[in-house]
Amino acid sequence: MAAAAPDGFAVTITINGEPRSLTIPPSTTLLDLLRERLDLTGAKKGCDQGQCGACTVLVNGRRVNSCLQLAVMNDGAEVTTIEGLGQPGSLHPLQEAFVAHDAFQCGYCTPGQICSAVGMMSEGHAKTEPEIRELMSGNLCRCGAYSNIVDAIEDVMGSAAVREAAE
Amino acid sequence: MMNFSYTRAETIADAVAAVAGDPDARFIAGGTNLVDLMKYDVMKPGRLVDITRLPLREIEATDGGGLKIGALVPNSDLAYDQRIQRDYPLLSSAILAGASAQLRNAATTGGNLIQRTRCYYFYDVATPCNKREPGSGCSAKTGVNRIHAILGTSDACIATHPSDMCVALAALEAVVHVEGPDGQRTIAFADFHRLPGDEPQYDNTLAHGEMVTAVELPAPRFGQNHTYLKLRDRLSYAFALVSVAAAIEMDGDVIGETRVALGGVAHKPWRVPEAEALLKGKFATRELFGEVADRLLQGAKGFGDNDFKIELARRAVVRALTQAAAGAPQVQSNKIVN
Ligand SMILES: Cc1cc2nc3c(=O)[nH]c(=O)nc-3n(C[C@H](O)[C@H](O)[C@H](O)COP(=O)(O)OP(=O)(O)OC[C@H]3O[C@@H](n4cnc5c(N)ncnc54)[C@H](O)[C@@H]3O)c2cc1C
Ligand code: SF4
Ligand code: FES
Ligand code: FES
Repeated sequence: MAAAAPDGFAVTITINGEPRSLTIPPSTTLLDLLRERLDLTGAKKGCDQGQCGACTVLVNGRRVNSCLQLAVMNDGAEVTTIEGLGQPGSLHPLQEAFVAHDAFQCGYCTPGQICSAVGMMSEGHAKTEPEIRELMSGNLCRCGAYSNIVDAIEDVMGSAAVREAAE
Repeated sequence: MMNFSYTRAETIADAVAAVAGDPDARFIAGGTNLVDLMKYDVMKPGRLVDITRLPLREIEATDGGGLKIGALVPNSDLAYDQRIQRDYPLLSSAILAGASAQLRNAATTGGNLIQRTRCYYFYDVATPCNKREPGSGCSAKTGVNRIHAILGTSDACIATHPSDMCVALAALEAVVHVEGPDGQRTIAFADFHRLPGDEPQYDNTLAHGEMVTAVELPAPRFGQNHTYLKLRDRLSYAFALVSVAAAIEMDGDVIGETRVALGGVAHKPWRVPEAEALLKGKFATRELFGEVADRLLQGAKGFGDNDFKIELARRAVVRALTQAAAGAPQVQSNKIVN
């Protein structure tokens, strides 16, 4: 049985495609690891309690709240953050759609919204607008950009459906 | 968060021995409840035993025609499993009524059962709370108690169990499989959670070091007439003020077996078999559903802010039984209540 003292535990986590070997205290959350140690400040700390979704990232392709994940427990996992989805010049379709639809004001919730929407699309359970709203309810937006967020997601889902039909 | 040591278990026996042998140790699975509570020093385990690498992620058919759900099956995988959707739609619906998609991806079957109350004072370490600090008093009884229990309360504690999934599991009469230092045993769902009495620090009947390994569902009976009706302060991503899991076996127009469990009203999912029996062999009428609600809520008592829950629960039971009898379950994406 692998065990560690409070000060450090050696893990390897693949972050945005790059394996990172790190020694971290067990109490470090995945969100703090990303932001404080790896300088990936895209994922935001809104509530630190699982109540807002600003910290949403993809772990092995599934969206989770990184503020409630102990980083040590993600040893061996593949983590994708907003930085890994796309960069200026090569944006992810959802990033482009958020810009095109003005789906934000302050932008604080946006990285979480986009990671969450990517996760939702790969889960494949949202087909209608009420279903998108329900399955995106884990991402709060204090600026109230919800209707444009839904439009942006519908736009990308629509194009994906069109592509699938063409294939 | 206080520092703690971290152990990764490779076998169930390892995990059980590690926790049983250390009064300060706890299992951790999805972490969505425990990490939150540790951040606020509500729970301060000296050691966490990570059970997420154990082989408890399967949903298997049982000889009895039911399903055995591994303790580590994520809430979302369980809710979307085709067998669950087809044969236990009530369970799927209740899970999807809870938390958010992100949380359901991380949360596990075992962790959902053992999640702790959302009582504000339990979370606020600056206030007395018998559940967090036995003997310190209950701040909620005379404080803000809008979300608190109306049934089965005690002088010591008026907290509710916050799970949605467990309300459905209570109605479906699931069985909890556990493994401890003395071997394996099973616990009927009705006996898994407990009322607070004068020991509110215990939410359930597990001994320290006992691990939930699986939750077993009996053979399906309520695929047609069921509903999970959850009432809360906003449409999604909020805990229940009151919820009702209802399942009816209809024989034409006549009611056979019925199960009703309430959430948000007690320290455990609330069932009253005598109330359910009132429906047997009868035609579905609003009046009769009202009698069932009255019997379910017999002895209900509010503490001020939560007085409204008594009438809300009464109406929710009538509405849920109406939905179930009509075979028109509450839709969880579109919250219009029919
Ligand atoms: C913002 C927010 C909103 C939420 N809303 C809802 C809601 O509306 N409805 C709802 O039902 N839930 C809701 N939840 C709660 C969520 O469902 C639980 O946090 C989750 O189910 C816990 O599972 P976990 O695997 O993450 O548990 P963990 O946090 O890992 O563990 C919880 C507890 O269970 C123990 N434990 C875990 N697994 C086992 C096991 N196999 N055997 C023995 N002990 C074990 C741990 O020691 C710990 O004490 C919400 C949570 C948050 C943060
Ligand atoms: S209701 Fe229970 S959990 Fe809440 S303050 Fe009272 S003792 Fe603590
Ligand atoms: S910061 Fe993680 S959910 Fe708010
Ligand atoms: S854009 Fe400001 S919080 Fe969503």
